[in-house]
Amino acid sequence: MARRYDSRTTIFSPEGRLYQIEYAMEAISHAGTVLGVLAKDGIVLAAEKKVTGKLLDLSGAKEGGYGGSGEKIFLLNSNVVAGVAGITADANSLVNYAREAAQRHLYMYNEDIPVEMLAQRLCDLKQGYTQYGGLRPFGVSLLYAGYDPHYNFQLYHSDPSGNYSGWKATCIGANSGTAQSLLKQEYKEEISIEDAISLVLRVMSKTMDSTTLGSEKLEFATLTLDAEQRPKAKIYRPAEIDALLRKHDLAKKDEDAEMKS
Amino acid sequence: METAFGITGKGYVLIASDTTAVHSIVKVKTDVDKIKELSPFLLMATSGEPGDTVQFAEYIERNIRLYHIRNNFPLRPPSAASWIRRSLADSLRSRKPYSVNLLLGGYDVSTYKPHLYWMDYLGTLAEVPFAAHGYGSYFTLSLLDKYHDPEATVEEGLATLKRCIDEVSKRLVVSPDRFKVKIVDKDGVREIEV
Repeated sequence: MARRYDSRTTIFSPEGRLYQIEYAMEAISHAGTVLGVLAKDGIVLAAEKKVTGKLLDLSGAKEGGYGGSGEKIFLLNSNVVAGVAGITADANSLVNYAREAAQRHLYMYNEDIPVEMLAQRLCDLKQGYTQYGGLRPFGVSLLYAGYDPHYNFQLYHSDPSGNYSGWKATCIGANSGTAQSLLKQEYKEEISIEDAISLVLRVMSKTMDSTTLGSEKLEFATLTLDAEQRPKAKIYRPAEIDALLRKHDLAKKDEDAEMKS
Repeated sequence: METAFGITGKGYVLIASDTTAVHSIVKVKTDVDKIKELSPFLLMATSGEPGDTVQFAEYIERNIRLYHIRNNFPLRPPSAASWIRRSLADSLRSRKPYSVNLLLGGYDVSTYKPHLYWMDYLGTLAEVPFAAHGYGSYFTLSLLDKYHDPEATVEEGLATLKRCIDEVSKRLVVSPDRFKVKIVDKDGVREIEV
């Protein structure tokens, strides 16, 4: 009877804890890192891809779609991009739900859904699984990078329990503790988007297991405003990520190229 | 007979409405407030079927208040207009539709712009610089064509509004004797004496 209090999600242990929820959080701490930094004129998201392999067909991410490989960073609405950490299948289901919620808001109010409201919609769903029995909670944490006219640029984090919070810079997934303390040291108020990009790449290169960064291990996105002050989400394509890494001197050295020269 | 006007100016919207309650050929009351304050920066004037106007206006008022409580910020004027239009359009296609015409005036605190919307019971929505509902509209739209200025100060706007009210009093067969005027600007909504 040792496992009496962790076999069902909705049963409290005698110490007042919900073990299934804590296990779900544990699952996330092994997932690929996702990092977000709020700047004064935009937001930056970066994510570490865990699934890689020479035989994996990634041609879809090179052209077509809206950028990204569809593994870690998703466009939820024209004003919100999200980075996910955890069970990818659960994340896909949540992303679908979020997109539908955003479109429902657009239909009712003829405006982009406010960022916090979208985070709340997802958290209501996640919280439901901690209370209504028989089902497993979503093993997913999300970072939402969004813009709305009420509070301008915003960065939110939500976890499997259905809690959410707003951040200036934060990190989820593997090594998130290290990344967070690095961000705490280096984050400055009123940081510009350019500085935020370089901060994110720097922290990412220090927290990721691999020594060199490349588009096969990294997803990257920014949210800024266009000339008409409308939010513009950009999810980088593999070639653009490599170009960005070269610009910041973090790309892996192509040894073959050096040999030839 | 029921009449309502709306005028935009530099950073404000003025909404005016008659104050009479009519039953058959009898004037029952002359101090009815037909302009609801939906949120700190939103005004709505209603006209149409007597019972429907009150019922629909209260439904809208309470739902907009609920949105404000739930989200800590109110609906912005364009979104409120879209949602009210949707409510009217859904009602129109139900067993018992509301027959309510309305004017919606609001000030958007995130873009610092005033907005005025004209809406009828069929769910027609238009954003306009000035608007009128009821019999008064036949006399005043031409006046507003001539005198409306989007850059007008509150005093100038009120003068234009006064012209409209005077014209209605002069020409309409059964003219309302009193008008209530409310304004919404960067300081919120309040009533103005004319």
